[in-house]
Amino acid sequence: MIPIIGTAPESGTCSEPGAVRKSDLPLTRREFLRGSGVLTGTLAASSVLATLAPSHTWAVELGTLSQAEGDALMKMGRTLYPSAKLQDAVYALLAKDLDADAAKSPDTLKTLRDGIAELDKSAGGSFANASAAKQLEVVKAMDGTPFFNAVRGKCITSLYNNEMAFATFGYEGAAYDKGGYIMRGFQDIKWLPDPPKSASPPTGR
Amino acid sequence: MPSFDMNDNSVVVVIGSGAGGGTLANELCQKGVKVVLLEAGARQSSATFINDEWASFSQLAWLDTRTTSGNWRVAKDFSGLPAWICKTVGGTTTHWAGASLRFHPYEFKARTTYGEIKGANLLDWPLTLKELEPYYARAEDKMGVTRTHGIPGLPGNNNFKVMYAGATKLGYKECHTGRMAINSRPRAGRGSCLQLGFCFQGCKSGAKWSTLYTEIPKAEATGKLDLRPQSHVVKIEHNDAGKVTGVVYRDSKGAEQRQKARVVCVAGNSIETPRLLLLSASSKYPDGLANSSGQVGRNYMRHMTGSVYAVFKQEVHMYRGTTMAGIILDEGPNNPKRGFVGGYEMETLSLGLPFMVAFLNPGEWGADFGWAIDNYANMAGMWLVGEDMPRETNRVTLNTSVKDQWGNPVPNVHFDDHDNDIAMRNHAYKQGEAVYQAAGAVKTYRTPPYPSTHNLGTCRMSTKPGDGVCNKYGQTHDIKNLFISDGSQFTTGGAENPTLTIVTLAIRQAEYISGQMSKRAI
Repeated sequence: MIPIIGTAPESGTCSEPGAVRKSDLPLTRREFLRGSGVLTGTLAASSVLATLAPSHTWAVELGTLSQAEGDALMKMGRTLYPSAKLQDAVYALLAKDLDADAAKSPDTLKTLRDGIAELDKSAGGSFANASAAKQLEVVKAMDGTPFFNAVRGKCITSLYNNEMAFATFGYEGAAYDKGGYIMRGFQDIKWLPDPPKSASPPTGR
Repeated sequence: MPSFDMNDNSVVVVIGSGAGGGTLANELCQKGVKVVLLEAGARQSSATFINDEWASFSQLAWLDTRTTSGNWRVAKDFSGLPAWICKTVGGTTTHWAGASLRFHPYEFKARTTYGEIKGANLLDWPLTLKELEPYYARAEDKMGVTRTHGIPGLPGNNNFKVMYAGATKLGYKECHTGRMAINSRPRAGRGSCLQLGFCFQGCKSGAKWSTLYTEIPKAEATGKLDLRPQSHVVKIEHNDAGKVTGVVYRDSKGAEQRQKARVVCVAGNSIETPRLLLLSASSKYPDGLANSSGQVGRNYMRHMTGSVYAVFKQEVHMYRGTTMAGIILDEGPNNPKRGFVGGYEMETLSLGLPFMVAFLNPGEWGADFGWAIDNYANMAGMWLVGEDMPRETNRVTLNTSVKDQWGNPVPNVHFDDHDNDIAMRNHAYKQGEAVYQAAGAVKTYRTPPYPSTHNLGTCRMSTKPGDGVCNKYGQTHDIKNLFISDGSQFTTGGAENPTLTIVTLAIRQAEYISGQMSKRAI
C-alpha cells in the first residue's frame, strides 16, 4: 500500500504553492521490489517443528537484501553455529534480522553486501553452493572482521531467542503462566536416584 | 505514602533500595525515623517481571554506560558491562538467586588467618562474627532462609539430583538444597516456591525474598517512608564544617532536585557508591567525600567465580525449577594445602537457552559449540564462588573521557586476577568437572566468570582510618553523618554470597544510626 504524502499546509502565512511534494519513497512497484528477496524451505519431517507447525513449508521475506544474499547469510550462520537439529527456517531468521538492520543503516548494508561479496570471492564464485569444508575455511579467514562480528553477534539472538529454537532444543520457555514446574517435572529424571530427604526435603504443597 | 519537603533536613536520605538500602530504610522507619529513599530505577512488581531472559535483562539491569580495564576476561568479552546488577526498586534483590550463607568466623580475620599475601591488600574487619550473630539470626528470620528458624529446605530439582549423585560418588559430605531465602512453605504473607526457574528475572510468585515486596511495603505502612523511584542521585553536598547536608538528584523528567538531609546513607552497590563519593569532590574534599585514606573505589572484589556445565547421555532439563537451590559446602573452609588461601562454594546454576549461547564460552563458534547446544536438554550446571583477594589496584575510578546521560564521568572498573584467584578457580573447575564426571558426564565445559553479580569492597570498613573508608557501623571515618550501607563496606569478600551479610549489616546499622540520632551525636 502506498501512503499518501503532502497536501498544501493550512496556514495562511505559508508561501508554498500547494502542489504535492515529490516524495523519496519507493512508490513504483519496480522500486519497491528492487533488492528484495524471499527465502523459502521445508521443515524436515523428523524435526520437532514439523509436529508443531501448521504447514511444513516456510517463507521469509527480505526487504533490502536479495535472495542470494539471504542464502549466503543463512549458510554463514550454519557454519558459525552448526546443528544437527536446527532447521533452515531458523537460520532464515538470521537473514531476516540482518536484512532489517540493513534497511535501517546504509553502513550496515554496505558491510553486509561487501562481506557477502568477499565470502563469494573467497569461495571461488558462490559461498552458498560451496562445500561445507570450503565454507568453514572461508569463514575462519574472516574471523575478527566487522562483517564477521556483525553476523556472529546477531546469531546469538536470531538463532536462539525464538520459539522454534526453544522447541528444537527442548527448552520450555516462560513458566509462570503454566504454574511453574512444581507439577511439571522439575525433579522427574529417573536415571539417577532420588537424594535422601536430608539433602532434598519433600515438596511442601 | 508521605512526601517529605525538599527542605526538611530532619530526614535520613538513603540512596539505593536493594539489600542494603531497602533494609536500612525499613529498619529506620520501624524506629520512627523519617526516610527519603531515592532509587535510580523504576518500580516493577511480580506482575511486571518477565519470564524471558533478554527482555528481563533490558527491564531490570543497570545499563548506564560503564567502562572496564585490566586483565580480567570480562574486560575483553563484555567491555561495557562489568557487572550484571540492577537499576530498579529492590535493586539486585530482584535478580539474585537467594543463596544465604553466613561468613565463617576467620573470614572476618582474613589478614590474620591468611597472613601477608603479596599483591593483596588483606585486612581484618573491625568486627567479629560473634558481634554479628544476633543480627544474622534476625536477617535469616526476616528473609525466611531455609534450614533456619524451623523452615524446611527446598525440594531438589533435576539439576540438584545430578550434583548430588556426583558429589556423593566423589566423596563430598555436605551436599543439600542449601540455605535459601525462598519460601518452601507459605510464610510472611508470601506464597511458596513454584519452581519457575526464572529466579534471575524477578520472582513472579514472590516466594524469593526481595526488598521490593517485603521491606519497602513494610516501611510504607509506617507512614515514615518517602520512596522516590527514577531519582538518580548525582551529588552529595556538604557544608563548610564538612558535614553532609543533602543530595542533588535527577528526577523522572531529568530535572535537577535538591533534597536536604540530616544523615545520608549510600547503598548504590559497589560501583555507583564510590563513584558518587568521587563525583561529590569539592574544594574542601578534592579527592571526593570520605577519601582521606585514598581507599574510596579501591579493593574492588567480585569473588572468584566460574561455572562448569556438563552434557550427559540422558535428559536433565536443568532450567526446570530454582536456579540455585543446591550446594556442596566441602570446599568452603580455608585449606592452604590446596595451593591457595580462602575457600569456595559449589552451587547449582542454570541458564536458559538464550543466555547459555551467550555465556557458555563468549565468542566461541563452530562445530564443538554447536554440539554443546544441540545437547542443551542434557546439561547440568554449577557456579563456583569463592574468596578473591582485595587489591589496591582493582578499583572503580571516574573515566573522564566518557560521560553519562547527565554529563558526569562514567565509572571505570579495573580488575586484574591475583594468582590466588587463578589457583582457586583452576582447582574449582577441576573439582566441578570431577563431580559431573562421577555422575556420568560425557563432556564438561569450563565457563569463564560472567559480568560480576557480586561486587564488594570499594568503601571498606577498617579499624584505622588510614586503611579504609568507614568504621564497624559503616559510618565514614571522615564524615560522621555519611554512611556506607551496601556491599562496598566489605573489608574482605569471604567465600559466601554477600546478600545475607549486607542485610545483617543494615539491620545493625539502623540500630546505630537511630541511637546516634537520639543522642544527637549526628
